[in-house]
Amino acid sequence: MPQSFRLPEGGLIDRARSLRFTFDGRSFDGHPGDTLASALLANGVHLVARSFKYHRPRGIFSAGAEEPNALVQLGEDPRTDPNQRATQVELFDGLSAKAQHCWPSLEVDFNQVTSLASRLIPSGFYYKTFMWPSWKYFEGPIRRAAGLGKAPRLPDPDRYDKCFAHCDVLVVGGGPAGLAAALAAGRTGARVILVEQDNRLGGSLLSAPETQIEGAPSADWVREAEAELATLPEVKVLKRTTCFAYYDHNLLGLLEKVTDHYAPYDRPAELPRQRMWRVRAGHVILATGAIERPLVFRDNDRPGIMLASAASSYLNRWAVKPGSRAVVFTNNEGGYRAALDLKSRGVDLAAVIDLQLAAEGPLSRRARDEGIPIKTGYAVTGTSGHLRLKKVFVAPLDGAGKRVFGGGEPIEADLLVSSGGWNPTVHLFCQSKGTLEWDDSLACFRPDASMQRNQAVVGAANGTFGLSSVLVEAHAAALAAADAAGFSTGGEASTAPTSVEERDFLPMREIYLVPSIKPLGQGGKHFVDQQHDVTAADLLLAMREGYRSIEHVKRYTTTGMATDQGKTSNVAAIGIVAEHLGKTVPEVGVTTFRPPYTAVTFGAFAGRDVDDFLDPERTTPMHAWHRAHGAAFEDVGQWKRAWYYPQAGEDMAAAVNREVKAARDSVGILDASTLGKIEIRGPDAGVFLDRIYTNVFSTLKVGRARYGLMLKEDGMVFDDGVTTRLAEDRYLMTTTTGGAANVMSWLEEWLQTEWPDLKVYLTSVTEQWATMTISGPNARALLAELTELDLSTDSFPHMSMAEGEVAGVKARIFRISFTGELSYEINVPSRYGLAVWQALIRVGQKYAITPYGTEAMHVLRAEKGFIIVGQETDGSVTPLDLGMNWIVSKKKDFLGRRSLSRPDMLKADRKQLVGLLTEDGREVLPEGAQLVESNHDIRPPIPMVGHVTSSYWSPNCGQSIALALVKGGRDRMGERLYAALPDRTISCTVTEPLFFDKTGERLHG
Amino acid sequence: MLLIPCPHCGPRAEIEFSYGGEAHIARPEEPDELTDQEWSDYVFMRRNPKGVVLERWVHAHGCRRWFNAARDTVTYEILAIYPMGQNPPELPEPRYL
Ligand SMILES: [Zn+2]
Repeated sequence: MPQSFRLPEGGLIDRARSLRFTFDGRSFDGHPGDTLASALLANGVHLVARSFKYHRPRGIFSAGAEEPNALVQLGEDPRTDPNQRATQVELFDGLSAKAQHCWPSLEVDFNQVTSLASRLIPSGFYYKTFMWPSWKYFEGPIRRAAGLGKAPRLPDPDRYDKCFAHCDVLVVGGGPAGLAAALAAGRTGARVILVEQDNRLGGSLLSAPETQIEGAPSADWVREAEAELATLPEVKVLKRTTCFAYYDHNLLGLLEKVTDHYAPYDRPAELPRQRMWRVRAGHVILATGAIERPLVFRDNDRPGIMLASAASSYLNRWAVKPGSRAVVFTNNEGGYRAALDLKSRGVDLAAVIDLQLAAEGPLSRRARDEGIPIKTGYAVTGTSGHLRLKKVFVAPLDGAGKRVFGGGEPIEADLLVSSGGWNPTVHLFCQSKGTLEWDDSLACFRPDASMQRNQAVVGAANGTFGLSSVLVEAHAAALAAADAAGFSTGGEASTAPTSVEERDFLPMREIYLVPSIKPLGQGGKHFVDQQHDVTAADLLLAMREGYRSIEHVKRYTTTGMATDQGKTSNVAAIGIVAEHLGKTVPEVGVTTFRPPYTAVTFGAFAGRDVDDFLDPERTTPMHAWHRAHGAAFEDVGQWKRAWYYPQAGEDMAAAVNREVKAARDSVGILDASTLGKIEIRGPDAGVFLDRIYTNVFSTLKVGRARYGLMLKEDGMVFDDGVTTRLAEDRYLMTTTTGGAANVMSWLEEWLQTEWPDLKVYLTSVTEQWATMTISGPNARALLAELTELDLSTDSFPHMSMAEGEVAGVKARIFRISFTGELSYEINVPSRYGLAVWQALIRVGQKYAITPYGTEAMHVLRAEKGFIIVGQETDGSVTPLDLGMNWIVSKKKDFLGRRSLSRPDMLKADRKQLVGLLTEDGREVLPEGAQLVESNHDIRPPIPMVGHVTSSYWSPNCGQSIALALVKGGRDRMGERLYAALPDRTISCTVTEPLFFDKTGERLHG
Repeated sequence: MLLIPCPHCGPRAEIEFSYGGEAHIARPEEPDELTDQEWSDYVFMRRNPKGVVLERWVHAHGCRRWFNAARDTVTYEILAIYPMGQNPPELPEPRYL
């Protein structure tokens, strides 16, 4: 297909090569240097999208990152990206793009019926109409109708990298300001990174080939600048790289698109698709340019309507005629630049419609001299044309700019470009908390005060629009930054003369809402935010409903909240609100700017931290044995713990039942290596533990062990475990598996910040020891076969520790029990763990030793009513709630103690730990089930009296057992409660939280 | 992400640190002599100023040592770093006022 709108010459494209691409299944040709948007326009394609809410036909509106309309779905699953701005997608051979959000096709979209009914869908309509509980039934269809692109369904096959960099000067933006700054700073020898989102340096100069710098075409200046930067060894230029975020202390996030612009068959396999950079810069120079503001008039959204500067870009940079017959609508001199460009490149220019009462600038004078018809004091009152602009209606404006005269004179045109002034691109500056001021002479928000040190904004981003001033300002800022970074300059201020007049863009006539022949909202729409289909009428509705703060108006109407974050709409919205409220624009103020500037792929954030690299995996010395014996694993923090060991034909329940029985009938063995272990040494170790634990440890005898509870200062249980006194000045603390690191930090915090006088030293020894617990009536007999130690209760009683050899390896043996059975916890240096484990398994065969996993451990401890911190507790449970007053010392202070006597802690209706037995013992309560007092006459609101924290089938009890936290539970023994489930109700009885061996005889074997 | 000058290791990225909340809140010597209100003020109540905040940090993924910092909650600038147990140094007036 011929590129019938491609100009015969000019443009920064490689005409020698053609690239074939498809859009919505149709094939087209473009050239290297094209964007998807420029290539589509070269082929006369304007209609590229349907709008978000009303499904109105939409075209290409801009030529850059600000694009609100031309969002496409790129590629095919799994390599597909939704909501890609066609104006920024670099064309490659084989590119395939689809219009999104239309059905059955872009030209015929059935959902456009909503457009006829659109007066029924004002702002806030969804919130008001589809309220809970019915919202959930409407949400699906509404979200389907009002969606954007589709996320890929398959895993991302591409690789992404992350990297970190430091530099003296980071320059964001490779236009004239950024290039001048990078050159000036780079020449001093400073480490400079220059970031440009485009694939070419030059910025606005790429679209203005007539501009001269130092008597030569600006393109030559750009080329020479780029060549010189390449020779400077400390300068790095990153093209196709967007600075999307400005974080604290001059940390900036960059997204580099490394291979997206290659044809799929050409993509270098060794390169990642994209690279995320985090740059910590000594100094930051923001040279991010400015974005043109469109005018808001009736039906300003048809395909064929675009920004004036975009038309100039398509003509000059891409040699594309964006239309055959054009109308320019402007309120400032900038529109005449486009008019001159359109005329000189052969577009039939019907008229310039200028809101200004008189046009007296250098560009308008030139336009008048060239015979371009100019109507000053006129407004565009509306447009027509369904899938493409056909007519523009214009009428004279009254002196106040509030109304038009007459019915609107039609002008045939397929292109309408508008210019409403310029907005400095202050996004990054504002993300860094810089404040803005309204510049009355420029009619724009520009940077005021920096909140970050070592930051400068230069060029159009700073409201400096004349090219000569831009170069001077950028040069000076760069030298100052380099100087501050310690690079002597000796450079002189730049005074490069340019051909661009300083005041090209001034003055302007500020009319944010262009009046039409009919009242607002009647017949036609004034779109403010095209991507979210927010109209001027919506803004006025919000104000009628009482919203005044611009942040509230924004949220109520969703203006500026689409993927473009209102780059072309926010200031217009603020202007309309200001006009309506009779305030000035700065009185209304701006909304908050947040990262990212443009969207960033999730893959780039993840980098290589995916799949197995998502999180470190910790395994015990016996892990290989568990794997070889078919264990299923459970993640506990970063640890992989053996969960259960299914034998042939067993499901989880069968395996767990067998393991639980074995530990009570003969002997089971558990890998407990993951328990946290902290050695606490020093003369004050006992005093320290007394302050940390609720009970006393300073009086513990050497060789004896004690269970302890730790609280936070608010009195809530934080961790538990057994601590053993190894020597007079030495304790070994064990913690929960998941809590080990937090406990270590907690202990260090108190020692360093509050009690630096205590002589105590902490060492984490979790990974130094392999721990295996043998538990059951035959545990003593088994251990006796592998050690010389006297295991009799007299010399080795419950809650004590002995050192000796086990299977020929020096070991610490703790006689402690988490199952209620006679148990020994054997600790050996990690590297002997597997050998000792295997010895125990080998010798244990005669006792039918059974390895059991964490699930069986949970059942065994629940049969005994032992809590698990984090399961029975959730940060709101005190020792008193758990019925563990016996462990709370009355004789000493400890962390959290004073909180236990606060009135709230003593209330009778606090949730307390109880047991639950189901009426039908075969029924196992789901953990987390809410408990209620009645199973009949139930009307909301139903008081919840508690919830199930642990629940299992207990083969040793022959029925299900559960632990629960229940309001005033200890006074409810024998009471009936009900677990209300979606499909049924389970009735159960409150019991004490102890189900097996209630006298505790089995501890002694 | 802040760049925090650890007094022992030098400037490091914030991800290496853990936050310890407001500084200079001493644990009461005799908790039993405090009213419920006084005790809960100690446990729960913290200042949230616009401007300078004195706060605690620990270099959790470094030297694991605690220190105090003075930071401006508007600019996020770290104005001073000083050891545990010391009073804050004289600080300049915020420059945005
Ligand atoms: Zn450190």
